[in-house]
Amino acid sequence: MRPKFPFVMDCGLFTTSYQEDMAVLFSPAAKIKVAAIIAFFLVLPYFVSPYFISVVNLIAIAVIGALGLNILVGFTGQISIGHGAFMGVGAYTVGILTTKVGLSYWAALPLAGIMAAMVGAVFGIPSLRLKGLYLAIATLAAQVIIVYTIIHWTSLTNGSAGIVIDAPRLGSASMADDRNFYYFAMLLCLTAIVCTVNLFRSRVGRAFMAVRDRDLAAAVMGINLLKYKVMSFGLSAFYAGIAGALLAAYLRVITVENFTVEVSIQYLAMIIIGGLGSVMGSIYGAAFMTLLPIFLRSAADFFGSFLPNIAHFLLSMQTALFGLIIILFLIFEPEGLAKLWKDIKEYFRLWPFSY
Amino acid sequence: MKLLGISELSLHFGGVTALFNVSLEVNKGEILAVIGPNGAGKTSLLNCINGLYRQGSGRIVFRGRDISRFPPHKRAMLGISRTFQNIELFKHLTVLENIMLGRHIHMRSGIISGSIYWGFAQRGEVMHRRRVEEIIDFLEIESVRRKPVGTLPYGLQKRVELGRALALEPELLLLDEPMAGMNTEEKEDMARFILDIAEEWGTTMILIEHDMGVVMDVSDRVAVFDFGQKIAEGSPVEIQHNPRVIEAYLGHQAG
Ligand SMILES: Nc1ncnc2c1ncn2[C@@H]1O[C@H](COP(=O)(O)OP(=O)(O)OP(=O)(O)O)[C@@H](O)[C@H]1O
Ligand SMILES: [Mg+2]
Repeated sequence: MRPKFPFVMDCGLFTTSYQEDMAVLFSPAAKIKVAAIIAFFLVLPYFVSPYFISVVNLIAIAVIGALGLNILVGFTGQISIGHGAFMGVGAYTVGILTTKVGLSYWAALPLAGIMAAMVGAVFGIPSLRLKGLYLAIATLAAQVIIVYTIIHWTSLTNGSAGIVIDAPRLGSASMADDRNFYYFAMLLCLTAIVCTVNLFRSRVGRAFMAVRDRDLAAAVMGINLLKYKVMSFGLSAFYAGIAGALLAAYLRVITVENFTVEVSIQYLAMIIIGGLGSVMGSIYGAAFMTLLPIFLRSAADFFGSFLPNIAHFLLSMQTALFGLIIILFLIFEPEGLAKLWKDIKEYFRLWPFSY
Repeated sequence: MKLLGISELSLHFGGVTALFNVSLEVNKGEILAVIGPNGAGKTSLLNCINGLYRQGSGRIVFRGRDISRFPPHKRAMLGISRTFQNIELFKHLTVLENIMLGRHIHMRSGIISGSIYWGFAQRGEVMHRRRVEEIIDFLEIESVRRKPVGTLPYGLQKRVELGRALALEPELLLLDEPMAGMNTEEKEDMARFILDIAEEWGTTMILIEHDMGVVMDVSDRVAVFDFGQKIAEGSPVEIQHNPRVIEAYLGHQAG
């Protein structure tokens, strides 16, 4: 290329400087912050109730699922209403492999991801031709087909009775213990977060975003649209499969109710509320959507003691409230909680000189 | 030496004939200007060359291979790159990311190595980032490299798009009105970039341009289109004096 840079021979220098330049945690302050957060989550289970831990566990599972869906929807610009079913594929893979094949949970876990990825990739093929609403309907078909298969292939899935699995054990540590499960789920969750961040600062992730922003220009730059869309569906479903396998270990009974179209829509709500195309947004959204029903229920319990009608109303309005919140976010903060949080931080950074 | 050969290319949209029986050759290392009135089929020609449109009939041979049925990404891998008349950047991505995407076909990391990042993918990022920085330097857009391209002014976006196309290190570069909507100074910059690219990389280019002054300055050869047909071809001076060309332009102005 152009011999314009006089320093171009000085490879070592360039390597380190670009490497530093591309680092996610470039400032010492950022490194300290991340270390503090990790330390916080390491000691957290020793300071809170088992119930609190179990809620955090559910959030960790949801974060993995939400990251997966955001890879597809927020970063690649596709749509899927089949995410819940892909989680189901992961959960049932674990259930079948551990109970019928006799594999250990740890061997079944990656296979659950791979199985879901393959199913997801197949159902992603229509994305080459279909966009928007039509693609949504095609993925809804995937959801319906998968759930139908689970219900009717009783010899494999036990139908509506479900599959009961043993709590996975690691040496003497049983995952039936919330605290043990917490560290396991957190490790997977952290891995998922780091992998997602990494993906989007390297070649394939960039190609996903290119497909989202302008698919024809992406093709002209040498990106095979079908391959990348299918890869995005596959990767998204891989995360779903892992999340489903985790949920299976958490609940220890795998039934189809946990993987219905409502679940798919809840995950869509997570990433819309949290922020499309944002890793932090996936985390906020997963936490928000997991906590909201819990808050609603405790609010209902609280009011229930003196206003039974309100309590009943609150609970029955739950789904409508989800819908309302999604609509409000779409209208007022389409970039979700991640953006909202950024704006708040920005506001206080300038405070009191902001206006 | 012939780099691109188009023979008897036709393209129809319903009743509209966008291209009719077009034959054209492009030699290695030359800058071929394509001119013609609005709707003459210039953009359609580029779209056929890089595979965004599939011709009704005719053949396109690039580097000795018949690429007539290749999808766009395969043609990119063979070394055809382009810019668009109406900027087609990845508008939520930064200048750096956009130009890095130009290097996509030269990079190797996949889903797994990318998710792990440290090691293989990172080495690739650093290596290709260096190339990208050279292009950023060349196009004098250092100061905006971290800005999302959607926030940049039009002239700069045009430059970034050129950078992205260059990053692919194309054998054949298609430029669809790279100077449209620019002021004189910006046009001069762009003309200088085009000449520098030809000189330093020897890249073959097809350039669509309306400004005859620019066409005279930068091109080695000119092909004139009207109503989807190639009506003339020759050196810039020959074209300027070609009666059919004058008629096509004057005729359109009169009508
Ligand atoms: N995708 C399309 N669908 C229908 N008609 C099209 C399409 N693309 C081009 N055309 C038609 O083909 C003809 C040639 O268009 P083209 O864009 O190639 O012209 P052009 O020479 O690039 O014009 P301009 O100088 O305005 O850019 C026009 O009549 C146009 O309307
Ligand atoms: Mg045009």
